[in-house]
Amino acid sequence: MTHLAEPETAVPRWIALWPALMLGLFFLVPFGIMLSVSVAHRVEGGFFEPGFEWASYIRFLTPFFGRVLAVSLGISLAAAAICVVLAFPFTVFLASMSRSVQTRVLVVLLSVLSLSEVIIGFSLSTLLSQTAGIGNLFAAIGLIDAPRAYTPSLFALLTGLCYLGFPFAVLVLYAPVSRLDPEIVEAARVMGASAARAFFGVVVPLQRGALTGAFILVFVFTLGSYLLPQLLGRPGHWTLSVHITDQAIYQANLPFAAAMSVFLMLVALALVGLASLAGRDRGAA
Amino acid sequence: MINRRAFLAATSAGAAMLAAPSVLRASGAALKVGTYGGYFQNSFDKFIYPEFTKETGIEIESIGEPTGEAWLVQLGQAARANQAPADVSMMAQVARIKGERAGLWAKLDESKMKNLGVLPEHFVHRYEDGTLYGTGAVSWYVSLVTNTATYPEAPTSWKALWAPEQKDKLGLMSLASNSFLLEITATTFFGGTDILKTDDGVLQVMAKLAELKPNVRLWYRDEGQFQQALETGEIPMGEYYHDVTGLAASQGKPVRSTFPEEGAVLDSGSWVVSKASKMLDQAQVFIDYMAQPAVQAKLSRNVGTAPTVPRNLTDLTDAEFAAVSSEKAPILPLSTLYVDKGDWVSQKWSELITG
Repeated sequence: MTHLAEPETAVPRWIALWPALMLGLFFLVPFGIMLSVSVAHRVEGGFFEPGFEWASYIRFLTPFFGRVLAVSLGISLAAAAICVVLAFPFTVFLASMSRSVQTRVLVVLLSVLSLSEVIIGFSLSTLLSQTAGIGNLFAAIGLIDAPRAYTPSLFALLTGLCYLGFPFAVLVLYAPVSRLDPEIVEAARVMGASAARAFFGVVVPLQRGALTGAFILVFVFTLGSYLLPQLLGRPGHWTLSVHITDQAIYQANLPFAAAMSVFLMLVALALVGLASLAGRDRGAA
Repeated sequence: MINRRAFLAATSAGAAMLAAPSVLRASGAALKVGTYGGYFQNSFDKFIYPEFTKETGIEIESIGEPTGEAWLVQLGQAARANQAPADVSMMAQVARIKGERAGLWAKLDESKMKNLGVLPEHFVHRYEDGTLYGTGAVSWYVSLVTNTATYPEAPTSWKALWAPEQKDKLGLMSLASNSFLLEITATTFFGGTDILKTDDGVLQVMAKLAELKPNVRLWYRDEGQFQQALETGEIPMGEYYHDVTGLAASQGKPVRSTFPEEGAVLDSGSWVVSKASKMLDQAQVFIDYMAQPAVQAKLSRNVGTAPTVPRNLTDLTDAEFAAVSSEKAPILPLSTLYVDKGDWVSQKWSELITG
């Protein structure tokens, strides 16, 4: 069987050129354009002209946009944390069920991915509204005095983002969790660990890599969301992505929009780097 | 099964058809007129262009423009290559002024346009040297709207937006340049929009406007979001389009549009001609034709826009006129503010109003 390990008989190496070419064409080139636009000269009352200046970056470095950046990161980190905390026990539970149940649950979760942000946003804003929302139900059963609205609010926004992020978290966690050897947990129980102790002391550390992966995926995914903050949040919850949209589409200020995007990406990359360092398995490969 | 020969025949015929418009263009037969794609373009195709062609013999090629400033950018780049994607275009005011500053619009010969005398001054656009380059095309009002179930009595003034009892009940547009709230605030509390001509004045108006922030539940970018909330009473008061609100009310929805005593905001689109156009004569005939009171009345009836000419020149009935307009003096958007200081205004707006 050793001949299979030889590189010539595996997939030909030039095939790597294809993804490399596509990556260059559809990622690096647009990114390069964005970088060049971010330093272009903004013509007030006009568009922009080629140039090299830091004006757009300098405009970003104000307390106002610092706060917006902090809000964006805070909301995405919170959404990622909530998704992972919900998705992990869910996935562990799911993996213990029969094959056919697992398939059905996964199909339902995947179908959530086909819903657009617009539909999710409008549905939630109706569900949390005063006139037609769950407030009426709470009032009917006597929990509150009169129906009230729960949107726009941070709660509504995080609910929307978690609705979007949850299926991704489950999909990332599902494969490693379903490969987890049940005997490891049994061994822990035999040695006297409680169920909770076995879960937190054995299962969670073993899945550290997968948990980090799910966290990063949901974080990055929700960081780009610009519709839900508008639909479900108050102005104080408008993320940097909302401001980028405003600048690019409504103010025709592409240099500033590009500069903000570059900034957001750098900060996101730094956080992702930190998270993957923290999530790296110590000792085990 | 389509055999290969039939397929080839069909594609070559298709290719010939695709090539035909460029032949027409070369012979200068069709005047290309750009309006916002979608509702406006469909309405103009259906109600306006066929009769124009019948009356003047000038064919029209209808072009759908993107909204926002993308079309201005396209026209500007094409003009540099001496091309005109459209001869005549309908432009929003900010884009029109930007084009004026860039000298993008062709100068028009007033002596060949007999109907322009009926247009009010703010719908006749001139370069600094006084040369005409465009006219008002269509206009529409942004008014004070309320849910009739929540508010049995219609409010009479924009001041209603500031009242403490409206806490968390308003829906307003989210940008300085599309909400016109600076103009509304200046007219309501500072005696007119003149105060917006200085930076200090703008900040003073913003400070007054910031007082209503606790009342705003929704700063909307998407019209559908607010209209639905207004109809259900979820967000029972705000600013919205007079014509669309009237249409919803006529369909039995519990909404009303009010022209406040300070006036409603009159927003508009204007006709301009690209300087690269080779059909200036036909373009002038078109713009002149569109200024006629009878054509403006037809637009009011079929498209829902307010006439750009005084009401007494049209044959609109009271009901037809009230559906699209009002005799009250309008609040006119200060478009130059968003051209000259757009970045500063939008930054301060984000910090002080929606921040």
